[in-house]
Amino acid sequence: MNVTRGFSGRPRVHNPGLPPGQYDARDDWPVLSAEVTPDLSPADWTFRIDGLVEEPRTWDWATAHELPASVHEGDIHCVTGWSKFGVRFAGVSLDAFWERVRPLPSATHVVAYAHTGYTTNLPLADLRDGRAWIAWEYDGRPLPAEHGGPARLLVPHLYFWKSAKWIAGLRLLDHDEPGFWERNGYHARGNPWAEQRYSGD
Amino acid sequence: MTEAFTPPTRFAVPGRIAVGAGTGNQWQTATLTGIRRETPRAASFRLAVPGWAGHLPGQHLMLQLSAPDGYTAQRHYSLASAPDDSGHIELTLDRVDGGEVSGWFHSEARPGDRVDVRGPVSGFFAWPGDRAALLIGAGSGVVPLMSMVRHHRARGLSVPLRLLVSARSPAELIYAREYGAETTPVFTRSGPPGAPVGRMTAAHLAPLLDDGPPGGWEAYVCGSNAFAEHASRLLVAAGQPVDRIRIERFG
Ligand SMILES: Cc1cc2nc3c(=O)[nH]c(=O)nc-3n(C[C@H](O)[C@H](O)[C@H](O)COP(=O)(O)OP(=O)(O)OC[C@H]3O[C@@H](n4cnc5c(N)ncnc54)[C@H](O)[C@@H]3O)c2cc1C
Repeated sequence: MNVTRGFSGRPRVHNPGLPPGQYDARDDWPVLSAEVTPDLSPADWTFRIDGLVEEPRTWDWATAHELPASVHEGDIHCVTGWSKFGVRFAGVSLDAFWERVRPLPSATHVVAYAHTGYTTNLPLADLRDGRAWIAWEYDGRPLPAEHGGPARLLVPHLYFWKSAKWIAGLRLLDHDEPGFWERNGYHARGNPWAEQRYSGD
Repeated sequence: MTEAFTPPTRFAVPGRIAVGAGTGNQWQTATLTGIRRETPRAASFRLAVPGWAGHLPGQHLMLQLSAPDGYTAQRHYSLASAPDDSGHIELTLDRVDGGEVSGWFHSEARPGDRVDVRGPVSGFFAWPGDRAALLIGAGSGVVPLMSMVRHHRARGLSVPLRLLVSARSPAELIYAREYGAETTPVFTRSGPPGAPVGRMTAAHLAPLLDDGPPGGWEAYVCGSNAFAEHASRLLVAAGQPVDRIRIERFG
């Protein structure tokens, strides 16, 4: 690492909530998706869980909303460098879905896939025990399409490319299978606190 | 349970475009060797990176500035240069008001300064020069597209390539002197005498899509999120298949 001549950075207060290499985006919420934002209405939205589960199932907008509501308030971190503090999402905890499909003991990994065809992989453990949601509201309003509405996966403790927008389903596997960005050089897990940005980190 | 998921809306999930394996994961020292003003708000920075593994036009890198107290700031920047600019790369930065990194480049940087770079990153937006490409950019979003144009020229490629670039005014058009017949500029606030002024519309795209090459275009859209949304929706409305639109959003 080179000290950059004449660079002191912005005046800053130490923020223990900010993972290494991240900055506070404050009111900004940049949009970073590789695909065209789909016109997907709640009526056309479905969410399926299959693969290594006892009972594969598909929910639509109405049946997903019958599950117990859950609100998540916390921070999000994007691999491009911004973090956003104290954001509020509403939806359903994935635990409510797990109770209904019952993952098999052999299931270790998940491929999350979107209605656009986007995919991303996650260890199953990262999606259990109150750490992941299907979210359809942001700050009390329907989630905007460019941020993944009508519904997205929300896994706030990992870099945000794991929180697949326009979520269509989760497939449980007994091995890890890289998704879209992971095949393009990004990290398999993406823990912001360990700066797992690119494969090899 | 292994049947493949077929998305209701299509989105090509193109395989990784093979990029020379190797140093992309490691930080390397880059030495600034030249600065060229492009517009009042944008300048190009030439960097010597002896260990640069090469890149494909359209890729970007991660750049890091480090303060004496150990604080670092990292940002992504698209590569502006063609791949085979031996041992050198070029970036073009817009000056962002209050910007930490672009501010340093525009007010402090001088030849001989050293910064850290890591990359190239992401093969998705890359264009290896193998397919007819319709490039649409605005502001500094033209940077990765210019790498493609330069590559096309340097290699004397014959595959069709067109660039539609939007800028507020002729004075703010980055790389204005370098464009040729492949480029159509669109001015949103003020233009040359007699030229129409306004946002990019379906009318700008129609002639390009109507006279597309036999296999159609691969579209590459780059700029702010607002521009990327606007341009990609215009493309879809004009009939460009969703799975042949790649988007790079600067945030
Ligand atoms: C894939 C990709 C490629 C890119 N390629 C290019 C390129 O080729 N050329 C280019 O010019 N840009 C490019 N960008 C954008 C670039 O990464 C930076 O976002 C841009 O240069 C601004 O960074 P900065 O450090 O100058 O500004 P920042 O310091 O990040 O500031 C951005 C804005 O936020 C405000 N702000 C943020 N934090 C604070 C704070 N703590 N206090 C006060 N204000 C704050 C600033 O006032 C400013 O308005 C690219 C982005 C991506 C994702």
